[in-house]
Amino acid sequence: MSTVSTRLLEIRTGVLSKNDQLAARLRERFQEAGVLALNFVSSPGSGKTALLERTLTELVRAGRRPAALVGDLATDNDARRLERSGALVRQIQTRDMCHLEAEMISAHLEAAGWNLAELDYLFIENVGNLVCPSGYDLGEQVRVVLLSVTEGEDKPVKYPVLFNSADVAIITKLDLAEACGIDLALMRRNIKEVRPGITIFETSARTGAGMDVWMAWLMARCVEG
Amino acid sequence: MHELSIALSLVEIVEEAARRAGAERVVAVHLRLGAMSGVVREALEFCFPLAAQHTLVEGARLEIETVPLVLACDPCGRDVQPEEGSFRCPFCGAPSMHIRQGRELEVTGIEVPDPEPAMEER
Ligand SMILES: [Zn+2]
Repeated sequence: MSTVSTRLLEIRTGVLSKNDQLAARLRERFQEAGVLALNFVSSPGSGKTALLERTLTELVRAGRRPAALVGDLATDNDARRLERSGALVRQIQTRDMCHLEAEMISAHLEAAGWNLAELDYLFIENVGNLVCPSGYDLGEQVRVVLLSVTEGEDKPVKYPVLFNSADVAIITKLDLAEACGIDLALMRRNIKEVRPGITIFETSARTGAGMDVWMAWLMARCVEG
Repeated sequence: MHELSIALSLVEIVEEAARRAGAERVVAVHLRLGAMSGVVREALEFCFPLAAQHTLVEGARLEIETVPLVLACDPCGRDVQPEEGSFRCPFCGAPSMHIRQGRELEVTGIEVPDPEPAMEER
């Protein structure tokens, strides 16, 4: 090896500091505009789009003004599905990206030209992935992790980093719980094991079970309509 | 895998710091990586040389210090290291969300070549 003498420069910089700064600015904007921003994270096929579809539809029906940014690898199928709810929807095509970053949220909000002050909710549907989105703050006030009953009870313990970063957990596809032989109490326990104090909802977007509790929470969290 | 995007940000930060210091290349990068950072060490080590290509950082060593998860336990009134995948105090069993350390993903320093001693310049 070479014997080049070196000097050490001390720097203390978070590798994601650029993202974090931009996210902090976004959060300020959301707060000023009175928008509740929610970042939905989950594994693929957890029923995120179905839950959002129903949530948006019910919010529009209740006279609230929701918008959604939908992250998807290649297609705009989800965005088109969500548009039928009457909410403002914009697709974020991520191509090879496995997660969303604050810069993408910022750019797409700009391109969409939405007036944040006219919105009550901004739903951000992250890319289906339980690992990569965890470290990226998108400026959301609430991080929601979805977990379907078909994924098994121990998913939270296998992905503690992401579950730990969430404020709310929604157990989805409740209508399939019996068919899957899932132990719901154990699933809840495991979620709380890696994220003490988390708020948990149990829903079925298909039958509507549990949707009322989730909707009531959303309505209460919204800065007056 | 988001480690390539992490590696690219890392290289960007290091290059900027090196430029500011007037260095022409970087010999080593020191990084603190928390157990709860969501970054897989091996994946980052794999991506780093790729991200460093054609930059001042090309060929630099990546020295990673891993930081374990440490929680503040209220009942015990001290900082504790839980078992892997757990957020409970190993002494009293209380769950805790007060993460003292373990989320780190930060550059702490870089090593750059020392400028030639003044004597040799003459
Ligand atoms: Zn304790």
